[in-house]
Amino acid sequence: MSTQSAQDIAFSASGLTRYFGNKPIVQQCSFSIPRGTVTGLLGLNGTGKTTTIRMLMGFLPPTRGSSAILGVDSQSLTAADRNRIGYTVEGHFLYNWMRVEECERFQSGTFAKWNGKQFRETIERFGIQSKSRISHLSRGQRAGVSLALTLCTFPEFLVLDDPALGLDPVSRQALNETILEFVESGDRTVLLSSHLLDDIERIADRILVMVDGRLVVDSTIENLLSRLSTCTLETDEDTTQLGAIPGLVHARRIGRRWTLSILDMNAESDAALSRLGCQALDRTPSAFNDAMMAYLSRSRGSSSFISKTPSVPSSR
Amino acid sequence: MQIRIVAGSNAAIYKQIADQISRSVAAGELEVGKMLPSVRQLARELVINPNTVAKAYADLVQSGIVETQAGKGFYVAKRRQVYTKSERMRRMDESIQSLINQSLTLGFSAEEVLHRVRELFGKVLRSVPESSS
Repeated sequence: MSTQSAQDIAFSASGLTRYFGNKPIVQQCSFSIPRGTVTGLLGLNGTGKTTTIRMLMGFLPPTRGSSAILGVDSQSLTAADRNRIGYTVEGHFLYNWMRVEECERFQSGTFAKWNGKQFRETIERFGIQSKSRISHLSRGQRAGVSLALTLCTFPEFLVLDDPALGLDPVSRQALNETILEFVESGDRTVLLSSHLLDDIERIADRILVMVDGRLVVDSTIENLLSRLSTCTLETDEDTTQLGAIPGLVHARRIGRRWTLSILDMNAESDAALSRLGCQALDRTPSAFNDAMMAYLSRSRGSSSFISKTPSVPSSR
Repeated sequence: MQIRIVAGSNAAIYKQIADQISRSVAAGELEVGKMLPSVRQLARELVINPNTVAKAYADLVQSGIVETQAGKGFYVAKRRQVYTKSERMRRMDESIQSLINQSLTLGFSAEEVLHRVRELFGKVLRSVPESSS
């Protein structure tokens, strides 16, 4: 962080917190996302992803803390700043009675700069005819129109809230291609929330993982996977004992066999394992899906004996 | 050669790419001096983040399978050893250890595994036109 200037950081948050009534929805989130990257925001439903995005976009004031886009506080973004940001919400709001080309004409009138070529290329990728009525489009095609409209305004930053929700495989591929093409120039940045782990593994450089309103991972995928080990062992010990293993993220049990996800496994964790009389049968680096499941499963309280989720702080 | 990747696999995507290329080189399917697709081109083909392809290529360069000519791209390198004997041993042991673990889990005996290793080893060597070591 210290080696990066404000111009290198596209999105940032510091102690970002939001309450609805007396219920904390987002708690103490801090992150910094470098320009030129694709970052996936992951978390179960209701874990604060959309609230975080809405605060970042300046649509919702935080209860405490702050967030910024390219160094400008989210709460004081000007119209000119907003012109640099493309944002799509889940559900893709469009007028059903319009044709695709009418949507474009309608929208283009409200922007100073409009990239019609980009629109045509994007809808073509999603297999959409410009004469089609919005009401006749599939969910994936609606997402395509929505994304095409967003890209036409020459944004430098794209913030996509669950763009892949309910999309078929062909539309998902079109979405992934569009996102990768967008960042190809190297100075444009994408933040997208998603539940599709396979797609995130393919297209993202970095991930943010939220669990119960808190940010537990802010890292490149590579860095996270190199630090997280999956360990298999057999034991009759009760679960409270396992909680003492340093760096334990998640433990899953089938009969006597346990699969543990351990962050920064070291001599100390090994010692803790042997104190419990367990011998690791196998130890492998974590696959992306397993790593994400280990963190995300924490929300469901499946391993409530683990008192605190070891987090992976911001890193390049 | 056709590279195929699956997301959600146990092997990271960059590892899948590096493994497939090194296998093709070992089998002689990719000849010495042959140019690999550019990072951007392969990323587009596979619809993945270009940094993932770059990481796979960097790994291949580090293990001496591929060499880079500044600004020109990546080429299959002449076979040479870039690691000391003990490092090569360590790397091979790592793979053998995971083979042993897997064999035990699947219920194969040492004899069965050795037999199969010999069989497959022969198959790969036979497909190499002439030993280039």
